[in-house]
Amino acid sequence: MFLFFLSSGLFLGWSLGANDAANIFGSAVGSKMVKFSVAVIIASIFVILGAVLQGAGASDTLGKLGSVNAIGGAFTVALCAGVTVFWMTRLKLPISTSQAIIGAIIGWNFYSGNTTDITVLGKIVSTWVAGPILGAIFAILLYLLLKFFLERSQIHLIKLDAYLKYALLIIGAFGAYSLGANNVANVVGVFIPSVPDIYLDFGFFALDGIQLLFLVGGISIAVGIVTYSKKVMMTVGSDLMKLSAEAALVIVLAHAMVLFIFSSSSLSNAIQSIGLPGIPLVPVSSSQAIVGAIMGVGLLKGGRGIKFNVLGRISLGWITTPIIAGFVSFVSLFFMDNVFKLQVFNGTNTALKSATTNLNNLPTSAETALNINLFQPLLYTIIIILIAVIIVLALKLTSDKLHSKDEQSTDIVRKYKTQEAFLKTELTKVNSENAELEKEIEFKRKEQMNIALSIIQKNRFLEKLRTKIDAIINKSDTNQEELSNLKKLIVENLSIDKERQRFNIYINELNRDFYFRLLNRYPNLTENEQHLCALVRLNLSSKDMASILNISTKSVEVNRHRLRKKMHLKRENNLSEIISKL
Amino acid sequence: MIRIFKTSKNVILNIDEYFDTVELGILNFKEGINNYLEGNLSEFENNLDKVNKQEESADAIIRKIENDFYVHSLMPNYSSDILSLLEKTDDIIDKIKDNLSQFDVEDPYFPEDIKNDFSRLVSLSVKSAENVIPAARVFFTAPNLVKDKLQKVIFYERETEKLATKIKRTLFKDMPFLKLSEKIHLRYFTLHVEQVAEASKVVAKLLSSLVIKIKM
Repeated sequence: MFLFFLSSGLFLGWSLGANDAANIFGSAVGSKMVKFSVAVIIASIFVILGAVLQGAGASDTLGKLGSVNAIGGAFTVALCAGVTVFWMTRLKLPISTSQAIIGAIIGWNFYSGNTTDITVLGKIVSTWVAGPILGAIFAILLYLLLKFFLERSQIHLIKLDAYLKYALLIIGAFGAYSLGANNVANVVGVFIPSVPDIYLDFGFFALDGIQLLFLVGGISIAVGIVTYSKKVMMTVGSDLMKLSAEAALVIVLAHAMVLFIFSSSSLSNAIQSIGLPGIPLVPVSSSQAIVGAIMGVGLLKGGRGIKFNVLGRISLGWITTPIIAGFVSFVSLFFMDNVFKLQVFNGTNTALKSATTNLNNLPTSAETALNINLFQPLLYTIIIILIAVIIVLALKLTSDKLHSKDEQSTDIVRKYKTQEAFLKTELTKVNSENAELEKEIEFKRKEQMNIALSIIQKNRFLEKLRTKIDAIINKSDTNQEELSNLKKLIVENLSIDKERQRFNIYINELNRDFYFRLLNRYPNLTENEQHLCALVRLNLSSKDMASILNISTKSVEVNRHRLRKKMHLKRENNLSEIISKL
Repeated sequence: MIRIFKTSKNVILNIDEYFDTVELGILNFKEGINNYLEGNLSEFENNLDKVNKQEESADAIIRKIENDFYVHSLMPNYSSDILSLLEKTDDIIDKIKDNLSQFDVEDPYFPEDIKNDFSRLVSLSVKSAENVIPAARVFFTAPNLVKDKLQKVIFYERETEKLATKIKRTLFKDMPFLKLSEKIHLRYFTLHVEQVAEASKVVAKLLSSLVIKIKM
């Protein structure tokens, strides 16, 4: 039954974990310096540790303000604080769990007729103001110190990045510890007077009922961190101010120090021992400490980027939050008391109906101390095994991840290298092929020239022959033998036409793509004209062309002229140049 | 997370090696052009070869660094800026390689009267590149000292520009014996050499903005 009533406190813890983990790891996770999973594990562990080991100080102060001595009342007070927080968060108003719970307790005081200790209230309110201011002062001092150190040390930026990652983790752990220590009072503080008396003995250490309560509260905060803080973390970095990793480190540390100071009883005692007034141990708002620290850094940077309206809204929150929570609490207590007949306080009050229900008979304080150490060895072994399993799993996970990352990285490099090698071989292959083709073209061109020359020679021979025949005809007496000799010569050389055909085939083959380009450009050329173009491309003289085409030199000139006309060339255009450009 | 220190050490070594390579490339460029102007063509070929190799190795190193940055998410806030700084530095050695290969391919003719000025132009342009690399190096360890070094880079870049203008004026106004094509050719080579200083100026500007960005 106690656990049922505790549920409202756990809800408060859950919302606190979801919101305030972002203050600690928000900028680190948002800027990808620390992985979310790592941040969550560290924050959860240290929040619980802080709550159990150091949660008592701030809870005491809350108890002094108003000891909610009935479980129903505690349930209502925590629920009202939770509802106020939830509702004001929905309205995007700055809200602090600490202020809500204190307002709700004052509401309970009013309802139950308890006097509110003004000095304690004064202390609490003064720490609310002091929290952000101290945050700013710490941030400024730490910032200057870090800057001084970094300027002197000349660490390589990339090494500094590695150091910062670890520092953010360690300081985040300290921040989470302080958050647990200071803020667990908000979550379960009101339940302390009505906690059942249980004593768990683990051999090494023992947990009494109150510490167990803190453990449960810490766990509820941790659950909030695990389940719901990611979204808040991703937005918090950009929300307040763009922070460098160094600034984030300073701000988180300053905030953690503020929370630590207001929850460490040993520090308070130490200060008292040297004759100074002790530090009041009060739950302060983690968000406001963070905002104070950010303002400090902002001021140091010359006041740029500070949103002063945020400051105004926070100050307004100091007044409005407790009043709203107090009012809601007062009204709810009235309902709980009169409608649900739930006992919300012990003692006399004119407004109290002395109706009794089963709920009233809940244990409000210990009647008999319940000592449990029967399961001590069993519990002890289970916890050891669990811790071992978690450690082994965590180590395995990190080593696997590292391994896969390294493999991935080497794979990429290897891929690049093989790609490069492949491309290089391709390139050399193509180059060698090109060289081969060039050679072939050269060879064919030479062959062509040879054939052209042989045709020219043959034609010259025929010319000679004609003159000889003319001479024979001019002679009066024809010699049969000479004529038959001549005939033989002619027959021998008759293969000349075959040669010409072969030459034409060669030219066509060699100039196949040339013809294609030529026809693309001048589609109305005849076959003979194309042929002429091919010869012009070979840079042959008109005389040589005439002998190849078996026409007179003059005809070649005429043909060239016609070709120029067909190609629409002007006087200054050079035919052979234009053809060679094709 | 556990081996982050080892990774960061490797990346630091790679960055140093990268800057060494670029610096050697710059020196070879200067040597190469002076060899060309003096007619030591075999030496020039040697320089060209070295610069080609250095450019390739700089590319390989930069790829490795990029890979490490992304895989191990180093300096997540500034990774893109730092990688672009390295890329822009790579532009210097790319320009150098292109320049030398243009000398090799186009074989420009330099009249005697202009050789001296051109050699000075090369050394000024190279000086701005030579000064930007130490600035980039010191950015990683002491960002406050970057600004002093950048002054020199900007100064030499301006001087390069002045001398280049003077050379172009000489080419077109005082050298009637050169053909127009030769003048234009030499004008292009003047521009090519100027580009090395300009690439250095780009790196310098990026560095100065990075210093502001990275300041706490």
